[in-house]
Amino acid sequence: MALDRKIAYINLTTGDIKVKPIPIEVRKKFLGGRGLDAYLLLNHTEQGCDPIGPDNALIVSGGILTATCASATARTHVMAKSPLTGLLGSCNMGGFFAPEMAWAGFHHLVIKGKAKKPVYIYIHNGEIEIRDAANLWGKTVTDTQWAIREELDDEEVKSLVIGPAGENLVAFANVMTGIKNAGGRTGMGCVLGSKNLKAIACRGTMDIKIAHPVEALEYNKRFIDQITGAKVSQTQGTLGTPFIWGATNSWGGVRTENFRYNQLEYADDIEPERIDEIATETMGPYHMAGCYGCQVHCRAQYKIPSGKYKGKYDEGPEYTSQGAFGGEVGCRSAETVLAGNHLVDQFGMDNLETGSMIAWAMEMYEEGIITPEQTDGIDLRFGNDEAVLEMIERICYRKGWLGDVLAKGGIPASEDVGKNSFDYLIQVKGMANLHSDERATPGLALNIATSSRGSDHLRSRPAIDLYHLPEKVLRKIYSTPVPYDGPLSSEHTEYIGKPWQVFWQENCYMAVDSLGICKYHTTFLGATLPNFEDWPTVLYYNTGLEFTPEEIWQIARRNNMLERLFNLREGLTRNDPKKGDVLNHRYHDEPCKRGAIDVIGRYIDKEKFDVMVDEFYEHKGLDKNGIPKKKTLIELGLENEPSHML
Amino acid sequence: MESNGKVLLINHEKCTGCRLCEQVCAVKHDGISNPTRSRIRVMKWEMEGLYIPMSCQQCQDAPCLTGCPVGAIARNETMNRVEVDYDICIGCRTCVSVCPFGAMNYNVIDRKVAKCDLCDGEPQCVRFCEVKAVEYVDGGDVSIEKKRHAALRLSMASKQAAALDEHAV
Repeated sequence: MALDRKIAYINLTTGDIKVKPIPIEVRKKFLGGRGLDAYLLLNHTEQGCDPIGPDNALIVSGGILTATCASATARTHVMAKSPLTGLLGSCNMGGFFAPEMAWAGFHHLVIKGKAKKPVYIYIHNGEIEIRDAANLWGKTVTDTQWAIREELDDEEVKSLVIGPAGENLVAFANVMTGIKNAGGRTGMGCVLGSKNLKAIACRGTMDIKIAHPVEALEYNKRFIDQITGAKVSQTQGTLGTPFIWGATNSWGGVRTENFRYNQLEYADDIEPERIDEIATETMGPYHMAGCYGCQVHCRAQYKIPSGKYKGKYDEGPEYTSQGAFGGEVGCRSAETVLAGNHLVDQFGMDNLETGSMIAWAMEMYEEGIITPEQTDGIDLRFGNDEAVLEMIERICYRKGWLGDVLAKGGIPASEDVGKNSFDYLIQVKGMANLHSDERATPGLALNIATSSRGSDHLRSRPAIDLYHLPEKVLRKIYSTPVPYDGPLSSEHTEYIGKPWQVFWQENCYMAVDSLGICKYHTTFLGATLPNFEDWPTVLYYNTGLEFTPEEIWQIARRNNMLERLFNLREGLTRNDPKKGDVLNHRYHDEPCKRGAIDVIGRYIDKEKFDVMVDEFYEHKGLDKNGIPKKKTLIELGLENEPSHML
Repeated sequence: MESNGKVLLINHEKCTGCRLCEQVCAVKHDGISNPTRSRIRVMKWEMEGLYIPMSCQQCQDAPCLTGCPVGAIARNETMNRVEVDYDICIGCRTCVSVCPFGAMNYNVIDRKVAKCDLCDGEPQCVRFCEVKAVEYVDGGDVSIEKKRHAALRLSMASKQAAALDEHAV
């Protein structure tokens, strides 16, 4: 059964390992995955703990449905206090790791302490070993994984690893599995590095009994047909996520040259069709790859076609790499996007944060705030492809003054650079925004400002807001599973109704993250994909547990509130420019200079924005300062946290 | 039942490596999600982007059948498959060692060999594989598509050779 997967507590200082079952009442309250991670983080860390100290808890998990007969349950979640933001650290990735961990007997790991020397954890059919990683230290992401397989003499081992960036404590180092599946955000790789933990390797052959296998199989087929039948899934399965960058760039929704513009002109070489052409030329007509059990297969395989890294194999690039090593840094070369993507994949570094940091430094350089002496003579002007690739390496190895400064992450870097450099930093809660520009879309702006892990599109983005769906359709989506009769608008430039949409999406994404399902299988990019109404059936057929859609909604609210409680404990206050639910002033002060007629000239009206935040807080059950009301905590059963149930 | 001439056809180039076939195979046969139990397995060389689903070829002159010391393996002509009679099988795993494709499974949980039975004519791996890396086709047509592709390649190669000749000095 999925429900008999266990939780392990591993102390790297003492070598102590404890294994416990996960009680049903815990499942009913939090499901699993990200939601239960949030509970564990709140319960296993003390207020103000050092993110790179031994007391930080690193939590690794799969969802309650991981590796069952439900579609796309490949997701691995990693949580800890973030070294980048000092608030919630949280990342979610595809691939094959969490399913392997489930077959090895575990759904959750809580790792504390710090090993005296580099180690890795090996989990095999219910057993956990801490092994020496001296030979792995210094290796890249893929070399580490293959070396582990060689050492264990098993090609089926799946590992979650850090690259050199994690070892060097780059604040936005990520954790990775496979070629490019990255738990990118909030520097979870840095936490592994700080614990001298190079990798977690899993191999499992333990049964996961399906509660109602015949029905689960048939429902899975229905689910998959619903997903692959959607046009958006088909496009993703052909062009991958780059299609999103192409579409939003043509409209004027991507930030370029840090934040100067909102569209990259003359971008033919990095358009999705060109990226697809390169994948076809180098890997053949069938070059799409999928994560475990997923029929959307949204990542391409490619080889770098030319230049210094010619012939190197990688996967992707995701639209985030087009943004990070294209638009944001003002570059227009596919070679740079593909090489940049390859470098961060090998170094184990978040592409979004890396690209953003370089773009920010470039604007500082052009403004004269960063000097040529500080760059060691690198001409850090926008559009300098070579400089971008050089800086990626310098950040990973903390080379030169600027490489070392940028590796600290946005806010500490701005303190080192000084002057008014903070004003140029496109961040929320210390985490850089992805490459998108939300000035024409107040709903999306509210999403990044209030997201639990800092500026981010994967926590509450009402992406379907851009489709101009008829209000009737919108209302049907956003009134399930709980009624909503407040205002709603199909107009993406509007402010009304957006707080509810963001609130609804926040719960929707928390639900999938707790189930262990990919967001491409719910109401994220496709308005017709499964959500609250469908999940109880999947849960019942696979685990035997019965929930109503309303109960799942309530669990999602509860889990989101746990993240809020953690952030509040660690210093989140509503209007703090470094730790609050606010946008960089440029969103309010600089109108969009480019783009379509409904984009150009747009900016976020500060007063209306504040009203949206008020309303969003109201939906969540928070007071005007963003602190949960007593009755909300009682309603969600969180009045006694931390409650140490697990 | 009429003789069924259909065979499992694997085109590994189309495989995205998602391993859904493994999941549904194990759930269909054992009601359990566990790739170890799957009759089809995807072999991977990740750094080359190479994913190859491997399953029983239902060989005409099957080494597992020939090698079985107790005669537990037989050919079912109606289903066009090779099958194991578990009442006779002694679990010696000779079939596992002689299969040239590694398609005869053995799982230590049940201590039983297992192989593809084509789901009695409705292979779930095929049903769920949206990219059609695994298909269930008429045996007579198995090579026709390959012939067509090979012919095209030959024709293009000869055209290219002719073009090179023309431009040769």
